[in-house]
Amino acid sequence: MTVAQVVRGKSWKFGANIDTDQIIPAKYAIYSLDEKELGKHAMEGVPGREGWAAQVTPGDILVADSNFGCGSSREIAPIAIRGAGISLVIADSYARIFFRNAINMGYPILQSPQAAEGISEGDELEVDLEEGIIRNFTKGDEYRCEAFPPFMNELIHMGGLVPWVRKQLEQRRKAAGRTA
Amino acid sequence: MGMTKTEKILARGAGRDSVAPGDLVLAKVDFAMGHDLTIPPAGRIMREQMGAEKIWDPDRVAVTQDHFQPAKDAASATLGRLTREFSHDMGIKWYFEVGQGGICHTVLPENGLVLPGELVVGADSHSCTYGALNNFATGIGSTDLACVFALGELWFRVPESLKFVYHNRLKEWVEAKDLILYVIGQIGVDGARSKAMEHVGEALRHIDMEARLTMTNMAIEAGAKNGIMEFDEVTRAYLDGRAKRAYTPVTSDPDATYEKVFEFDAEKVELGVAKPMSPDNYAPLSEVAGTKLDQVFIGSCTNSRISDLRRAAAVLDGHKVAPGVRLIITPSSHQVAIQAEKEGLIGIFLASGAAWTTATCGACLGGHMGVLGEGEVCLSTTNRNFPGRMGHPKAMVYLSNPAVAAASAVTGVITHPGEVLKKMPAGIA
Repeated sequence: MTVAQVVRGKSWKFGANIDTDQIIPAKYAIYSLDEKELGKHAMEGVPGREGWAAQVTPGDILVADSNFGCGSSREIAPIAIRGAGISLVIADSYARIFFRNAINMGYPILQSPQAAEGISEGDELEVDLEEGIIRNFTKGDEYRCEAFPPFMNELIHMGGLVPWVRKQLEQRRKAAGRTA
Repeated sequence: MGMTKTEKILARGAGRDSVAPGDLVLAKVDFAMGHDLTIPPAGRIMREQMGAEKIWDPDRVAVTQDHFQPAKDAASATLGRLTREFSHDMGIKWYFEVGQGGICHTVLPENGLVLPGELVVGADSHSCTYGALNNFATGIGSTDLACVFALGELWFRVPESLKFVYHNRLKEWVEAKDLILYVIGQIGVDGARSKAMEHVGEALRHIDMEARLTMTNMAIEAGAKNGIMEFDEVTRAYLDGRAKRAYTPVTSDPDATYEKVFEFDAEKVELGVAKPMSPDNYAPLSEVAGTKLDQVFIGSCTNSRISDLRRAAAVLDGHKVAPGVRLIITPSSHQVAIQAEKEGLIGIFLASGAAWTTATCGACLGGHMGVLGEGEVCLSTTNRNFPGRMGHPKAMVYLSNPAVAAASAVTGVITHPGEVLKKMPAGIA
């Protein structure tokens, strides 16, 4: 899956230390292989956000405070958020496994303390992924994102770890063919 | 320039002389683990999406059936079947069937599968547990695990290291769990985010391997990438007759760089809990003593090894669980259950009125066998108490050590174990 360069959407604002059990309660792990079903329950564990997924318009943007996605290693956390129709996530900072999982899926995930602080729920946003700029039309603000190291950029541009591994396997097969 | 243990292991894996924090490296993995929730997606990604037919080294992979197993419903039975079939198809050497393994983070150390100096990954966040055995171990996702299966390698960002020095010794009743809860309370659930927690000091030399595993288990609760300890006689003795491969311990250089050094006087640490709804919500036991409970759970990869069960049994012996409270005890592995049976611990638990279950992650993640309802209050020896972790988002979970949990089950309220048992017998404390 390749990601559009410019994404527009309305923001949904969450707090700090939102853990994976809140993003997708463990009881839904039985749907590990079904992104649509997971999407229906995204953020359901956040107190006061029951039924949130049904209100999302495809393309909306999730904005969170620090340490977003802490807790378990479950890859169904970013999958559920994507399944709910969220086009990308912006946070002050991420827990590392959530961050890895998103990058590995080729799912756009941006780090910007400035944006996390400035954006309110319902703000109309435009994100230029190539430039790393977030425009807030509601507030008339503009925020900059922290740049990824080159290898992570490569993964995101390729569409995640899957195509990268396919390429590695191809190269290994070719190398094995030459020596055979 | 000197390197930390973590940096040395990642440098070796990457085939480089040295690495520094912030470097992105592609490193060879020595051992990998997955379970019934993470193997089905990893297997599908590896075969159907990456196009790999076999895994890089089936002798260096372990798979456990622990999270929702024995199957709690039809959907988790499917996950169990997919996990079983993948392990069989790939010829995975260390496959642990229901009733023969238990929770991954107890099973791998007790079978000598994760060793000093190694680079270990597990598709489960508590994979950081293994670092007590002087290795680099970290939790990864299912796509990561698929990559390791296909290539035997994975990308890592070399973490900054934080050093935690524990002076003096823990006091009577105070356990490794109290110490790590205290530390997390001090630095917060993101206090070590993406960093290495290196634990050293006198207090650690006087605690056994199981207690050490409790501490590294909770590195993730401070957001850490890994928790790592020194190799010493305790490590060597634990691995004698257990280690499945030759190993090379790793030490940090005297001039290694740490982003920050934290010093603690272990003797000053009190019995404590993490209050709802976060593992960093630390309070001394005295502050919450008397809190009324609906359920007490002794289980999980954090605190349900044989030494944990011995302490719980010592407290429970001759007592009954208080009316209105249910006590659920889940051993963390089949081997732990066998040993508990030999030592007569199960008889003590059953006589006290506790529910004794098979080895599973079970109630810890709100899976089965002890899920909490709305407004219920639980004291648990597990690792996490974010909203909804053990069931209903409005259930209240306190985290503690097993002796406190056992004593609180007897009284029905959060209780100091010294109120139920005069002194922990020598050899168990």
